[in-house]
Order: sequence, then structure tokens, then C-alpha cells
Amino acid sequence: MSAATTAPDAADTAAVRRAIASTARPPRPGPLSTALTFGWRGMLKVKHVPEQLMDVTLTPVMFLLMFTYLFGGAIAGSTSAYLDYTLPGLLVMSVLFTTVYAGVSLNTDLTKGVVDRFRSLPIWRPAPLLGSLLGDSVRYVIAGTVIIVVGVLLGYRPDAGVAGAVAALALVVVFSFGLSWVFSVLGLLLRSPNAVMNAGFTGIFPLTFLSNVFVDPATLPGPLQAFVDVNLISILATACRSLMDGTPDVGAIVVSLLVAAGLAAVFLPLTTRLYRSR
Amino acid sequence: MTLHAPLAIEATGLVKTYGDTTAVAGIDLAVPPGVVYGVLGPNGAGKTTTIRMLATLIRPDAGSARVLGHDVVTEADAVRAQVSLTGQLASVDEELTGRENLVLLGRLLGLSRAGARARADELLEAFGIAAAAGKLVKHYSGGMRRRLDIAASIVVTPRLMFLDEPTTGLDPRSRNHVWEIARALVAEGTTILLCTQYLEEADQLADGIAVIDRGTVIAEGTPAQLKASVGSGGLRVRLLDAERRPEAAALLERAVGPVTLEADPAGLTAQCPDSARAATGVGELARTGIGIAEFALDQPSLDEVFLALTGHAAEVPPPAATLEEQPS
Ligand SMILES: Nc1ncnc2c1ncn2[C@@H]1O[C@H](COP(=O)(O)OP(=O)(O)OP(=O)(O)O)[C@@H](O)[C@H]1O
Ligand SMILES: [Mg+2]
Repeated sequence: MSAATTAPDAADTAAVRRAIASTARPPRPGPLSTALTFGWRGMLKVKHVPEQLMDVTLTPVMFLLMFTYLFGGAIAGSTSAYLDYTLPGLLVMSVLFTTVYAGVSLNTDLTKGVVDRFRSLPIWRPAPLLGSLLGDSVRYVIAGTVIIVVGVLLGYRPDAGVAGAVAALALVVVFSFGLSWVFSVLGLLLRSPNAVMNAGFTGIFPLTFLSNVFVDPATLPGPLQAFVDVNLISILATACRSLMDGTPDVGAIVVSLLVAAGLAAVFLPLTTRLYRSR
Repeated sequence: MTLHAPLAIEATGLVKTYGDTTAVAGIDLAVPPGVVYGVLGPNGAGKTTTIRMLATLIRPDAGSARVLGHDVVTEADAVRAQVSLTGQLASVDEELTGRENLVLLGRLLGLSRAGARARADELLEAFGIAAAAGKLVKHYSGGMRRRLDIAASIVVTPRLMFLDEPTTGLDPRSRNHVWEIARALVAEGTTILLCTQYLEEADQLADGIAVIDRGTVIAEGTPAQLKASVGSGGLRVRLLDAERRPEAAALLERAVGPVTLEADPAGLTAQCPDSARAATGVGELARTGIGIAEFALDQPSLDEVFLALTGHAAEVPPPAATLEEQPS
């Protein structure tokens, strides 16, 4: 091992004895308190590893700048018209990218042996998984807020105002709760955090481009258009766009919520099963 | 529960297979409370798998085990409430600080916020990591990481602790710290199940040892019994004058035990049952006026234990201290 931050001062035997002798086992904490403790852990990670958040928020910001100023005029006639069209989709992209980290951090815990430690504790078993949602949701909100704020700085004004933007953000965050369990399952099955990251982005990247995030599918050839229309990311982007425009598309919103619930119903139990047996 | 003094660990016929690998092939263990019990074996012997079954992380495919009187499968929660696990990987969260790691464990075990913080500080101080308490663990040295890992396991003092290769990869100084901590735990009444590849470590800490190989226990006893069964160590002597080696060999053969000559023309080793006999041998040499450049009493290594017990060599390098000292 290299570079200790400080010289390891000796463990003091008398103090070690005192520390060992001094505890009585406290009563077990309840399930909610345990889950909240894991939530606190998730928040600490957001604080200590901001790079992780930077990576995923910068990519969509880059796309926002590139597409708006390079292609915006060509695609939508003017950059401001294009910004109006694409920002809700980029919000979706930004937050969905962040969900991959649910799997990445779970895999890190697994490969570092942290999962073993948690599983050897007398705690409510789903607590580590549920608690991590809290840290995750903070990440989602930050990622979404960043892209909206950058959009506003560039001149984007949602017709439905702040309320519309908040509603769209809330919808994407709820959808992400469902989707994150897919990556959690990957996190428990694959060998390394990097493998999870690669698999996650390999899945989500093409899906984002084969959606209506960047271009109006009406301009696409038939078969491609058919795919884009059923792509969940399109449906979610449509729902967000409608919320931000103040003309809620109830169908798209309901489908998004149902899909989120469906993903959670399948992949949450799978995650807990794998977590217990790995 | 039995009517006799209950064992801390009582395992019968534990089996775990992964595909066509049999990780553990029927292990029996009987560990009395209040001792360090060593499980000694080379890479892949099944040590970690055994610990994971006993610590309720995985279910045995066959056999059963009771830990502190509770069945590891049907009463897993009761087992978890009394044991703690220090795994082979120092399982601390690298993206948190040392203090946050300990506070987290304290909160999970039911301490109040203030209680968890106070406990964390007490442990950081005692384990000599107070100065780095606010640094992220990914910047810690291996020794600090291991100490933090052990501290995390005793945020609430467990009645039984699993220690899986706690000193592998540590320098001698850090290794001594870990041994000190283990001794302190036992002195306060905790039972320790210690997995190790080093006979020296088991010898230093353990009251009883089970040697395992390929998923089964191949020998059991106290460190002294085990070493005796191997024919113990050797008295290694290097003479000032190589000319007198035949004379010295004859003398040691009589006073100590069977002698092997070394490649070094002035070196020889006598098999030696105990240190008293070794002292006699050295004394005799001195009295006869045969000059000694240096002498040492070698411990038998895990290699020798394995060779003696199984007839095949273990696939681990012996600890550095005895690496160059094996007569061939
Ligand atoms: N999850 C697993 N999947 C497949 N094989 C496994 C798994 N865990 C252990 N094994 C295999 O079981 C055998 C015993 O492994 P185990 O980790 O228990 O050995 P060990 O004595 O702890 O070794 P080491 O000293 O290297 O830690 C090895 O052959 C290993 O490859
Ligand atoms: Mg092991």
C-alpha cells in the first residue's frame, strides 16, 4: 500500500481494552431509522464524490450546447425553437444517465466486501437498498436541475413556468426510481463497477438517440419512426414536454408511471433476492 | 442448546459447492467460548467459504452449524445480533471518511447520533487513526484500513468475531497492531475464529487450530501439538570455522536431534523438539570451544505442516521470516 496520509501511530493497547470493554449492546433500531441511516450514507457519497455527478451531468449539457448551436437552426429553423423542443428531452436524458450509478455503486459495495458487512448485521434486510434511493434521488434532482438551469440561461422559458418544470422533473425522478432497479440487478450480476457502467450506457445511449429527444420523429423513415414512437424514452420525453408546455399529455404521463411501477415490480424483488444470496 | 457448557461454534458436516468446485467438503468444528480458534489452510482451502456460512452470509448445501447456540440457517438473525465479521477484504466504505464509517455502523446497531459519534471517536483514538479520522478511506494505508475495519467490527463489542486473514499483506508493525487488538478482544471475553495462511499467526494467537485443505479438516489440536506432529522446528547454526562442522554435527546429533548439513559449508541444522534442547545444544558447542557465528531456532512453516500432514506441498509462500531457512 502506498502513501499513508499520516504515519500510523500505534494502536494503544490500554485504550483498545477500554474501548472494547465499554459497550453494552443498544436496542435494535427500527426499519425506518435503519433505512434513513443508509440514506444518510448515500448523501455523504454525493458530497464526497461529486466527480461522479459531474460526469453524468456534463454530458447532457454538452449535448445541449452542441445540438442547439450546431444543428438547432437546421433541425428546427432557429436555435431558440430547437431549445424549446429539445430541453425536456435532455432533462430525461440527464436524469436517466444518473440512474446507471445505482448499479455502479451497488457493484462497488459488492466487490469491496461492504455488502458482506451489511449482510452480517442484525438489521432490516431491505434497508441498504431502500436507503440508497434517498442519495440517488438527490443525484437525480441535481442532475435535472442543472440541465434546466443551463437551458434557462440559454433562453429557454417553459410555458408552464416553474410549476411545469418541477412537475416534469418530478415525473423523471419517479420514473428513475423504477429504472434504477434494472441497473441494480446488473450491479449484482456483473463483475466490476466498470462493466456495469459500460453495460448501462451501451443500453441507454442508443435508446436516447433513437427517441424523440433530439429530432421530431415525423421527419424519420417509417420503420425507424415506428420504433421511436414506442420507445419509452420518447414517451417519457413527450410527457415532460407536455408538462413544461402546460398542456399535460395524460396518456404519456400515465404510461410513464405504469412502466416505472412495472419495472420496480419486476426488478426490485429480483434485486433483493440477488442481494441476499450473493 | 446442549446441557453441557455450550460451544461458541459447533459445526457438523458443512458442505458448500459452486458448480463443480467443492469449496467446503464436510467440515466439523467445535470451538469453545472465550478462545482464539485458528483455521489454517492455503489458498482455496475453503476458509472464507466456511466463515461465510458461519456468519450467515451463505447457506450451507449440507450439514448444520450453531453459533452461540443459534442455528445459522433457521436463527440467522439471532446469530447476527451477537457476531461480527471482519472479512478478507477490508470491507470499509472508501468513499466515506474513517469517522463516517464508524458512525454509520454505530447508527445501524442502534446507538443514538451522539452516542455513535462518541463511540467512533473513542475507537479512532484507541486504534491510532484519530489523525486521519476526517480523511476519505481511499487515502488510507493498508494497515490503517485494516484497523478501521476491525474497529467497525467492534463498534458494539461482539460475543464472537470472525477474522478472515486479518494480516495478509500487512507489514510486521501493522501485523503486530492487529494481533494486539485480537488479544485485547479475547481478554475481554470475545471468542475469535481466525482464518489464516500463516502458522506463525495461528501459533501467536490461537488456543486451538484446525488445519484445512481442499475443504476438509485434516488435523486439529493445540499449536504445540501441531508443531510436535510436524517434528517441530530446527536449531540452525553457522560456525566460525567450517573445518569443525563434522565435529559440531556429531555433537548436535547427540545433544539435540537429527542433523542436516546445509549448502553453506559452515551451516547445519538440527531437528529440535523444544527451545530447552536447543539451548543445551548451543551450550555444548560453546563448552567444546566450537565458535558459533550465529544460531537461530526456526519455526516449522505452513509448508512443513502441510508436507507432514498431507504429503503434498501447500500452494502458498511461507511467511517471509522463514522463507530462506528451509533445509532442503
Ligand atoms: N462464489 C464462488 N463461486 C465459485 N467458486 C467459489 C466461490 N467462492 C469460493 N469459490 C471456490 O471455492 C474454493 C474455496 O474458496 P475460499 O475462498 O473459501 O478459499 P480460502 O481458503 O478462503 O482461500 P484464500 O486463502 O485464497 O482466501 C476455491 O476454489 C474458490 O475458487
Ligand atoms: Mg479466503
